[in-house]
Amino acid sequence: RADIRLSRGSEILGAHDVKLNGPVGEKHSTTCYMCACRCGINVYLKPDENGVKKVRYIEGNRDHPVNKGVLCAKGSAGIMQHYSPARLNAPMKRVGPRGSGEFEEISWEEALTIATDWMEPLKADPKKLAFFTGRDQSQSLTSWWAQQFGTPNYAAHGGFCSVNMAAAGIYTIGGAFWEFGSPDWDRTKMFVMFGVAEDHDSNPIKMGIGKLKKNGGRFVSVNPVRTGYSAVADDWLGIKPGTDGLLILSVIHELFRTQKIDIDYLLRYSNAAFLVIDAPGTAEHGMIARDKDGVELVWDSAKKKAVPHTTKGVAPNLTSAVMATINRKKVAAKPVFMLMAEEYTKAEYAPENIAPRTGIDAATIAGLAAEIARVAFEEEITIEQEWVDMKGEKHDRFIGRPVSMHAMRGISAHSNGFQTCRALHVLQVLIGSVDCPGGFRCKPSYPKPYTAHPKPHAKNAKGTTGPLAGPHLGYPHGPEDLALDADGNALRIDKAFTWDAPLSAHGMMHMVIANAHAGDPYKIDTLFMYMANMAWNSSMNTRGTIEMLTDKDAKGDYIIPHIIYSDAYRSEMVAYADLILPDTTYLERHDCISLLDRPCSEPEAVVDSIRWPVVEPDRDVRGFQSVVLDLGARLGLPGMTNEDGSAKYKDYADYMVNHERKPGIGPLAGYRGEKGDKAGRGAPNPDQLERYKANGSFSMTHLPDEALFFKHANKAYQDFAVDMGFFDAPQPVTFNLYLEVLQKFRLAAQGHGDVQPPDRIRDRVARTFDPLPVWYAPFEGEDLGDRTDNEFPYHALTQRPMAMYHSWGSQNAWLRQIHTKNPLYVPASICDAKGLKDGDWAWVTSWHGKIKVQIARMDAVNADTMWTWNAIGKRRGAWELDKDAPEATKGFLLNHLINELLPPKKDGYRWANSDPITGQAAWYDLRVNIERAPEGEGVSEPVLGHQKRRRPAKEELRYGLEWTK
Amino acid sequence: MTTLPATTQKQLGLVIDLDTCVGCHACVINCKEWNTSGYGTALSDQDPYGANPTGAWLNRIHTFEVLQESQNSGGKPAGQGVGEVIGTAGEARVVHFPKSCLHCEDAPCVTVCPTGASYKRAEDGIVLVDEDMCIGCGLCAWSCAYGAREMDLAAGVMKKCTLCVDRIYNEDLEEVDRQPACVKTCPAGARHFGDLADPMSDVSILVKDRGGFDLMPEQGNKPVNKYLPPRERTSLAASAPMAMPEAPIEADGLLGWVDRLLSGGASSGKGVN
Amino acid sequence: MHPAPSVIAFTTLSGAGYGLAFVLALGHGNPAFTSTKIAWFVALALIAIGLLCSTLHLGNPQRAWRAFSQWRSSWLSREGVMAVLTFVPLTILTGMSVFGDTFHLGLGYVGGIMAAITVYCTAMIYASLRTIPQWHTGWTPACYLMFSMTSGTVLYLSLFGWPAGTQSNDRWVMLAIVFLIVSWGFKFMWSRRALSVGYGDSTMESATGLGHLGKVKLLERPHAMGNYLTNEMAFRVARKHLSKLGWIEIVLGAVVPIVLLAVSSLIGGGFGQFLQVVALMSLMGGLFVERWLFFAVARHAVGLYYGGDEALVPAE
Ligand SMILES: Nc1nc2c(c(=O)[nH]1)N[C@H]1C(S)=C(S)[C@@H](COP(=O)(O)OP(=O)(O)OC[C@H]3O[C@@H](n4cnc5c(=O)[nH]c(N)nc54)[C@H](O)[C@@H]3O)O[C@H]1N2
Ligand SMILES: Nc1nc2c(c(=O)[nH]1)N[C@H]1C(S)=C(S)[C@@H](COP(=O)(O)OP(=O)(O)OC[C@H]3O[C@@H](n4cnc5c(=O)[nH]c(N)nc54)[C@H](O)[C@@H]3O)O[C@H]1N2
Ligand code: SF4
Ligand code: SF4
Ligand code: SF4
Ligand code: SF4
Ligand code: SF4
Ligand SMILES: [Mo]
Repeated sequence: RADIRLSRGSEILGAHDVKLNGPVGEKHSTTCYMCACRCGINVYLKPDENGVKKVRYIEGNRDHPVNKGVLCAKGSAGIMQHYSPARLNAPMKRVGPRGSGEFEEISWEEALTIATDWMEPLKADPKKLAFFTGRDQSQSLTSWWAQQFGTPNYAAHGGFCSVNMAAAGIYTIGGAFWEFGSPDWDRTKMFVMFGVAEDHDSNPIKMGIGKLKKNGGRFVSVNPVRTGYSAVADDWLGIKPGTDGLLILSVIHELFRTQKIDIDYLLRYSNAAFLVIDAPGTAEHGMIARDKDGVELVWDSAKKKAVPHTTKGVAPNLTSAVMATINRKKVAAKPVFMLMAEEYTKAEYAPENIAPRTGIDAATIAGLAAEIARVAFEEEITIEQEWVDMKGEKHDRFIGRPVSMHAMRGISAHSNGFQTCRALHVLQVLIGSVDCPGGFRCKPSYPKPYTAHPKPHAKNAKGTTGPLAGPHLGYPHGPEDLALDADGNALRIDKAFTWDAPLSAHGMMHMVIANAHAGDPYKIDTLFMYMANMAWNSSMNTRGTIEMLTDKDAKGDYIIPHIIYSDAYRSEMVAYADLILPDTTYLERHDCISLLDRPCSEPEAVVDSIRWPVVEPDRDVRGFQSVVLDLGARLGLPGMTNEDGSAKYKDYADYMVNHERKPGIGPLAGYRGEKGDKAGRGAPNPDQLERYKANGSFSMTHLPDEALFFKHANKAYQDFAVDMGFFDAPQPVTFNLYLEVLQKFRLAAQGHGDVQPPDRIRDRVARTFDPLPVWYAPFEGEDLGDRTDNEFPYHALTQRPMAMYHSWGSQNAWLRQIHTKNPLYVPASICDAKGLKDGDWAWVTSWHGKIKVQIARMDAVNADTMWTWNAIGKRRGAWELDKDAPEATKGFLLNHLINELLPPKKDGYRWANSDPITGQAAWYDLRVNIERAPEGEGVSEPVLGHQKRRRPAKEELRYGLEWTK
Repeated sequence: MTTLPATTQKQLGLVIDLDTCVGCHACVINCKEWNTSGYGTALSDQDPYGANPTGAWLNRIHTFEVLQESQNSGGKPAGQGVGEVIGTAGEARVVHFPKSCLHCEDAPCVTVCPTGASYKRAEDGIVLVDEDMCIGCGLCAWSCAYGAREMDLAAGVMKKCTLCVDRIYNEDLEEVDRQPACVKTCPAGARHFGDLADPMSDVSILVKDRGGFDLMPEQGNKPVNKYLPPRERTSLAASAPMAMPEAPIEADGLLGWVDRLLSGGASSGKGVN
Repeated sequence: MHPAPSVIAFTTLSGAGYGLAFVLALGHGNPAFTSTKIAWFVALALIAIGLLCSTLHLGNPQRAWRAFSQWRSSWLSREGVMAVLTFVPLTILTGMSVFGDTFHLGLGYVGGIMAAITVYCTAMIYASLRTIPQWHTGWTPACYLMFSMTSGTVLYLSLFGWPAGTQSNDRWVMLAIVFLIVSWGFKFMWSRRALSVGYGDSTMESATGLGHLGKVKLLERPHAMGNYLTNEMAFRVARKHLSKLGWIEIVLGAVVPIVLLAVSSLIGGGFGQFLQVVALMSLMGGLFVERWLFFAVARHAVGLYYGGDEALVPAE
């Protein structure tokens, strides 16, 4: 290979010859895990001076469907993560008190023996083991493991993350934003984004915004803060936190008022025409009228009678109250659409009435509605492609309403989040833009109606031990599906699927430590956690959580007796565990991003992917999934053990290839069958992983052209989905404008049915479980009553920095230079009112706590809202950072101000600071005040002890020097 | 002066779109990642895990806030209509601002260099430092108005953006990959690379269409890199007077339009198709 | 700009050295006198120490020789070349004085002019930078040259210790005082301009090209902590320190030397001689402060990307 000579331009001084360093190195393709976006990467390895292969460069894989060659800041900093000094080296046993960070390294055999010794006895009372996996990309394995153990206590992090978004989506349209769908970036002409700073789809959203801009589309961002995506939006609506529901309902009001609704779409795909029984006071009130086979009824205007909605050629009525004879009973009923019209045309939703509460002027709200309607209906796009719907009707083309939307925690992390998210999906359906060209598109295996998802399971299949009857997490259809015992007590330690949070589809990991500490609903023995920094940034009330983790009983024993934790780095949580199972880095292990889990498909193709050990670990660490399988075998769990008691799977790689959930269906959908030529269903293929590697570590199966849109009702798609093994029979989705499930809970609260809520909660359920989207004020502000305006007039939020992943980034020498500390950004008007200027220190107080922070002045922010970057603040000594690291001395967590419970009610009961429907943690309901503070030592407060470090920090880093010689 | 080529055959450079950059720092880190073991010595970091972590970077993202003069002190009282919709149609806004070497035509960093380590290539206009000749005097950094040169404190030599000269001509890379690391990695597509001397190149056309501008033209450096300004915004409020319903609501009741629609009559909104 | 001690030492010491050499090279001082020999030696030593100091801030001083190559475009290179070339006549003249008790006026003129040119080159390194408007003015070389002359003259005076009261001493004292007044006059002109030019024609708006949208303000630095650029160029002193240092500079650099020189010439004798040495020390102290401020008040355009004056955290 010829060196490239770079010649000098001018004539003097001879040539400057610059030698290139030869080829970049050996290229290996795998999947990034610097965040949950799951981009494809090429990792280049090159030997150093000792011949040891090291990572030379990581780039985006151009062929990968997720990121198509781009790579974000975090992904580009993978080298620094992989070689981080904070990596764990070997299993560890705690020797100092919890929190001290004092450990002794032990062998894997010893570690696994300790773990088995703790867990084995619990098989007799499996709920004593709580297994919670945070940022888990192997939930189909870990949940299955917990299921086989027989404990009801399993969930991942969704409950404190974004379950409102996911659950509202699944219940309403059978899909969700999050990672389960995306705007049709190539075709959309207007993109409206609510409350997103970054999201899981990190790279795709950025690529999408780039495309939209290139195509000249309009980008509207609704967000109290104008940074990042909002900074490049054409229109920024600096909304008051917690009021998006009002804004959306006002837009819906405008659409009704101006008759801009896609009636045809509603009739075809939604429950708009379904009849809702109007019999106040009865157990049927608000239920959807059904025939005796359970098929929903509509009013046939021509025949003047209620008929099943599936009736061929029926022209259903949408607008009149009717008296129908249903199952030989005379019943008053109204179509869903009429109920909506009655509700949303009310003057209270008119822009001028919404404006003062949202902080957005009426003309802008009306303009938003007008633009949405104009683009949807006047800039309609068509794709000439024949397709057949589920009723057998043939269509000549796909018709698109090119308005797309996306939303995330800005609307979901509120106590009114579920209803707000639902309002947004309802808005999408009203303009006919779900799964159409230019609109929002589901990524297969979505859409999938909630009825095709499992229901929650918390009981053992037989008796009180042995495997659970089914998966832990799912979508209840009504009160009968709650995880309650006969006396109405919670079956789960986190109290998911109880009246406190009936639709907590992702569990409530954020309540585990508090409940286990309180022994409510019962005491547990071993808390087994994976990949969640629960002692720090992922908990509300961090200080309180730390106290619970370290609290001892009268005998001097820890109240939570055993804590096992798997992390890859010396996080804050590590210091609070008794036994550490060190994980590898993402470049050192097998992983699979499975369709059985959170899929990483694209709207036009089914995609799944793997990780594999591109670099072999140089420490005594093991991939957690392999360890879990090993533990399962040691505990003799069914499915993980052979008849002779030996382990069924050698390791995770073995499991990925050979495990079958159902015959022919396993963790990986690509290259199945003996010859590796089957997608979706097929026998295990021993060569599968090699095939993945050869294909950039992913597999991709394109949807047929006629299956690309309207997947919820597209025959070709549904057949494809069955072929792929997503379901065994077609599962078309009817969009639930009206969500009957909620009405069932409401009726129970009103005294109907066998399973009813405790009295203290009836009113709240009746108020919030409205089957049509509603808005109510966020609880924290509401519960504080007069104190809200007088004592805590402001809102405080966090935003995800694009260049950091929660707490992990601070150990990364490159990323941490960007966000070494986090100021609190305070609106100029508040600065002026409080005499604050850039760099000043201030006390920020909530009803629960107080923190001292440094502020920065900002104008482009809602006038009542201050904010900071999330999870930059660190405990001293954690992550192998110097004890004076700015992350610890100047950085801070807002979490200290947020409590997992609301202030006590009159009756002394304290509600969870969560959405009443899903239990989603209401991070952004926080109300605060701010006052100037003396600078003092110029250190942020509180200071919560410190964690032992292993070695002094390196003074200088010259990564790659060996290759530049 | 003899040390700057009078003209260069090409003017390779970057065009950076401030309307699209979301400030994600991908280009910053990927640049460091590529270049720390690429052209010249490693890009060192001082006190990387300590109390004052710093390092040498060839590309950095600044974040600016732009305030309309009328409201740059104090904002408006809360809750007063438009006062809080800061931004629709151009009030206070945030602009993420990437900055690396602009490969100036009249590069003072080259002429001030006492050793000849700094030079501008005649064939493509790239400004480079020959690290073997650099004495680390820092004068070139002083002469650069843009802060595009940073001393590597470990090696004592000047570092700067090389326009990824070891990528764009690197025959070991696939042809599509022969572009700067920052351009390839930018998720939003806010960075464009090309020959700005060629009026027909994509980048030149972009600059023309979008009104690309120079940074600090008054400094007289004639930067090659160009910046595209944030696009004009139109306010949503301007769309407010939405087309009124064809028939007033009162005529046939609240939902008369739906009935008319369903019975195949006049259509508005969106009809049955 | 960050005042680097090595550069301050370099410019002030070598400035004084060149000034002294200039005086000597014009033929002052009897080459046979020990004091003249010492003076030559001191001049060379100061120049050499100054030059050595200047290499201290180099990242790779071992390659310093390369700096002689770009004299066609680079003032730094010119300075280097001139410094070396100037050594030739000055060393010869020193040798002539030390070993031969002689002097050559022609060579003296050459050496003197070369010394002045070297100082001019040093000044032009700064004055040529468009990025730093405070420096980018003819007053910068004017000040450097005058301060060099002044400190050389006072040095000459204090080294020789003319018996006070003699005519020639009075003449030199007069000359020194005039030089002092003129240099500080120049410096006053420089400072007045320096304190008002700010960033020159550049603004945060021109730096970002966003002026048409409104007033630009830094919201977030690219990296949270300082970096080479901010440490080196985005340096600023607090106003209160600035005026304090301004007074110190004038008192040490002008008032004290002028008064002491005047008094020395009145009282004469050993004590007068002592006062002249004190005047020199005071002047050098003042020049150190002057040179520190020369950097500290200078604003580099890059500061605009870091928020301009408002955002630069002043050094205490
Ligand atoms: N104030 C505030 N608090 C918040 C939020 C907010 O917006 N504001 N957001 C909330 C949300 S949505 C979430 S999801 C949580 C996130 O909170 P966490 O899920 O706790 O977030 P991380 O900091 O990512 O912590 C995950 C842990 O995984 C470890 N880890 C990293 N890589 C590996 C690996 O390869 N293997 C193993 N075994 N461990 C690894 C890390 O070291 C870290 O300790 O935070 C919540 N907390
Ligand atoms: N780089 C990076 N990427 C990540 C993560 C990370 O830590 N770093 N974390 C991942 C995880 S776990 C998650 S859950 C996702 C979360 O992705 P996002 O939802 O984008 O995350 P947040 O930072 O919580 O952003 C919430 C946004 O909503 C705004 N907001 C707050 N309250 C309101 C409101 O009431 N209304 C409106 N309209 N907006 C509001 C905030 O200003 C903020 O911009 O990101 C994922 N992606
Ligand atoms: S978004 Fe970035 S960190 Fe996340 S997977 Fe993709 S490249 Fe990796
Ligand atoms: S940007 Fe600075 S370093 Fe780059 S060519 Fe111009 S003056 Fe030189
Ligand atoms: S630092 Fe190096 S490249 Fe810059 S002027 Fe000095 S010698 Fe030239
Ligand atoms: S062109 Fe290369 S060196 Fe220059 S900023 Fe981009 S990545 Fe860095
Ligand atoms: S990668 Fe692109 S979008 Fe991100 S900061 Fe750089 S230029 Fe901006
Ligand atoms: Mo999350």
